[in-house]
Amino acid sequence: MSLTSSPDGQRPGLADRLPSWLVPNLSGLHLVAVMIALLLIGLLLVPVAQVMIVAFQDPATGAATLQNFMDFFGSALFRESFWNSFYVSAMSVVVATAIALPLAYITTRFHFSGSILIQSLGFIPLIMPPFVGAVAMQLIFGRNGTVNLWLRDTFGISIPFMDGLNGVILVQSIHYFPFILINLSASLRNIDRSMEEAAQNLGSHGMRLFRRIVFPLAMPGYIAGAALVFIKVFDDLGTPLLLNVNNMLAPQAFLRISSIGISDPMGYVISVILVVFSVLSLWASFLFMRGKDYATVQKGGGGMAKRTLKPAEKALAYGTVIFILLLVLSPHIGLLLLSFGTIWSFAPLPDGYTLQNYITMWEGSKTFIMNTVLYAGIAATLDVIIGTAIAYIVIRTNIFGRKALDYLATAALAVPGVVLGIGYLRTFHQFDVPFTGEPMASWWVIIALALMIRRLPYALRACTAALQQVSLALEEAAESLGATKRRTIQKIVVPLMTGGILAGFVTSFATAAVELSATIMLVSSNNDAPLAYGIYLFMQTPSGRGAGAALGIVAVIVVAIGTIASQFIIERDKKLKASSGDH
Amino acid sequence: MEKKGIKIEDVHLSFGSTKVLKGVNLDIKPGEFFAFLGPSGSGKSTLLRAIAGFGPDPRGRILIGDRDVVGMSPWTRNVGMVFQSYALWPHMSVRDNVGFGLKERKMSASQIRPKVDAALELVGLSHLADRMPNQLSGGQQQRIALARTVVVEPEVLLLDEPLSNLDASLRVQMRRELLRLQRQLGLTTIFVTHDQEEANTTSDRMAVLDGGVIQQVGTPQELYDTPANLFVANFLGTANILEGRVEVDGADARFVTKTGDPLSLPRGAMSSGSNIVLRPQNISITKKAGQNALEGKILHKEFLGSQIRYLVAAGGTEIVVDQSHSSGVDGFDTGALVHLQANTSGAVVL
Ligand SMILES: Nc1ncnc2c1ncn2[C@@H]1O[C@H](COP(=O)(O)OP(=O)(O)O)[C@@H](O)[C@H]1O
Ligand SMILES: [Mg+2]
Repeated sequence: MSLTSSPDGQRPGLADRLPSWLVPNLSGLHLVAVMIALLLIGLLLVPVAQVMIVAFQDPATGAATLQNFMDFFGSALFRESFWNSFYVSAMSVVVATAIALPLAYITTRFHFSGSILIQSLGFIPLIMPPFVGAVAMQLIFGRNGTVNLWLRDTFGISIPFMDGLNGVILVQSIHYFPFILINLSASLRNIDRSMEEAAQNLGSHGMRLFRRIVFPLAMPGYIAGAALVFIKVFDDLGTPLLLNVNNMLAPQAFLRISSIGISDPMGYVISVILVVFSVLSLWASFLFMRGKDYATVQKGGGGMAKRTLKPAEKALAYGTVIFILLLVLSPHIGLLLLSFGTIWSFAPLPDGYTLQNYITMWEGSKTFIMNTVLYAGIAATLDVIIGTAIAYIVIRTNIFGRKALDYLATAALAVPGVVLGIGYLRTFHQFDVPFTGEPMASWWVIIALALMIRRLPYALRACTAALQQVSLALEEAAESLGATKRRTIQKIVVPLMTGGILAGFVTSFATAAVELSATIMLVSSNNDAPLAYGIYLFMQTPSGRGAGAALGIVAVIVVAIGTIASQFIIERDKKLKASSGDH
Repeated sequence: MEKKGIKIEDVHLSFGSTKVLKGVNLDIKPGEFFAFLGPSGSGKSTLLRAIAGFGPDPRGRILIGDRDVVGMSPWTRNVGMVFQSYALWPHMSVRDNVGFGLKERKMSASQIRPKVDAALELVGLSHLADRMPNQLSGGQQQRIALARTVVVEPEVLLLDEPLSNLDASLRVQMRRELLRLQRQLGLTTIFVTHDQEEANTTSDRMAVLDGGVIQQVGTPQELYDTPANLFVANFLGTANILEGRVEVDGADARFVTKTGDPLSLPRGAMSSGSNIVLRPQNISITKKAGQNALEGKILHKEFLGSQIRYLVAAGGTEIVVDQSHSSGVDGFDTGALVHLQANTSGAVVL
């Protein structure tokens, strides 16, 4: 299907006889493509490029220089921050692996009735932004938290789970291990049974078999998950900030920009490092996985053979799963207790229970909640509109540069929130808002736009998946009956994509509602702050924690409802499509 | 190494409540090339996997030599199996794949190397030792899988549809090669296939399976010429089966079809049964009526080159007849009324 061919029944005019490149036949879709391209360039490419450029500029003269980087590595604090960020990310991968590996192994290798538990366990942490649970974790695992009080009473020891970097590692790995669990389980499930049987047939079994055959075959999935965890932790701002760990890269960038100002080059240098690491680890995992598509399941092979557990093994398996479940749920439990508790300090549990925190929270955060609904609503709406348009342009047209559009939108994944935030501050402080005259960088709309860019890759995936399910034949049928391209898209394509688009909207909305790292850079007054920032503010003072936790619970509920709703919509859509019987 | 036979005694096997093997008995001789032939789902793979130790434990006995292997772990059986999918490990080079079993047997690298080289030599792929499996063609992967299995010197060799993933011309070449290799190594071999031509051309003897039950065991020729039941008759080659009854008249016996046409039976032939099996090449088409002839009408005609295959309505059913073709001779036309002359000297009544 070519968009540049003239419609049937029209006599060829002069334009049709000229070479087509001379007379670009711009359709409405071309126009849309150009508009989206401009938007992405303005809101993603330019701000990020701006950050990169400033990092290599002399702050006074604007001349190109490497001095900023030398200053950075010349400072003991920055070297330490750099090392800490690296160490925390690597250790989080290790701890997350220790949590995910046994779970993945148990579910894929054995008939285990707790598998459902593990499956949902993989979801639970993702419905709570890590920073929300951080304070609750401190109350449970901290120096004077529930666990250590108990350890001290019983064994006379205490373990510094939450001290300094340990705290960040614990919170992050509990939060992000699902990335490894999901990818590793998928990989394990994709190993054909015969791979393992062939090894047994040649005399191998047990741990040796696992080490030599099973794990190497699952490696690509593991690496994909581990790389994600590494980047997420490396870029994260909220968790270290809330735990008051400032000697890491993202907090340093934030502190420099917010305390010294946007002319200080260090924030930009850090941004460059964050981006380079993001891109490097994505690239490394890509390199590692190239040519290693080990999905080996054959027709009728059906994954690995599952074994029934012996009673002792079953007890061990359940023990492991329940222990991990408790660990993973601890931030949620802690948050819940904190939100209903009166005073909770130096005690295993709160002293008493009350609804007061929720009342305080409601009075103090009506604006936060309203703002959140507004920002996340704008972001998610724009996301699905742009996502649908890009998906359509990429899949159904041959417009020049359509792949680039897709890559550009997806590239937002590799841009840490801190970097985007700094980029927006730098780019938009030069412009004024029309009519009001205030600087654009402190305009609330900018927050919504930043959220829109950050969630676009996810919305785009959802819309692409939805469009791929709409058979081209349906569209061609409409066109052959005389509908124009525009009416076909309006009347056939979009309605058929509704489920996917809705799912994309809900996910974008729910995750945008709790995003902190870009937001925290862009909020200029408490009146413009969204919910995530509100939680951060509350958590700054011990007296505000209860209300902060209550707001955190609100956030968790929002994301949980969003996740369940989008899951529900996708499932219902699948059933509808299946019953409409096109295959 | 001393060759081992395989004895299967009253083996039953179920997946949950579905019975898949229902009392299998077999005696495979040392050094024999034995085929399991049967339609898809008949339980061939299940039986083969039970010998290798995969799947649920069967009831009954499986003896390799005089060792009952039922209940033993797969890695202790020393049974070599080549998988339908080849199951080459994609993260290991060809050399590492082939050397895997030797390494598991705790051999040193210096012992492993010459053995791997010899195994690769055996399958003619020495030059591919350092490739990765995904850089090999289907036929090459097949040979590497074979080399990987025989290098550990198993007592018996099990092949589950080893040729099914190859294209047609390669399949013919590979089955000859398999046979050559088997003869060279003298390994007791079981070859699972649903393709009768593969079983016929390779095996010394074969067992035809259906519904988890062995229908008949014998050489390919025995099974073709004297099928034990209608299933075997139909499964091996094309069979025309006419219903009727046997009439004995002193020393002479006849088979009377349900249309009332008599077909004489050889003296001493089986004198009971209500079906006669006629192979397409044992029937000829004539214009004139005669002894042992059925009246019929040509329904359809296929030109196959060396032969012409006719479908003829006769004897109350539709009969396939193959007539050899010589150039310039026109056959019969569709719709023609003809007579079918049956050569019943080797016919089987079931
Ligand atoms: N793991 C299994 N679980 C349940 N049923 C099985 C399993 N494997 C095979 N079967 C059933 O056993 C029967 C025989 O299968 P199989 O031995 O693979 O047949 P063949 O190799 O002759 O095609 C089939 O009906 C199949 O559905
Ligand atoms: Mg099979």
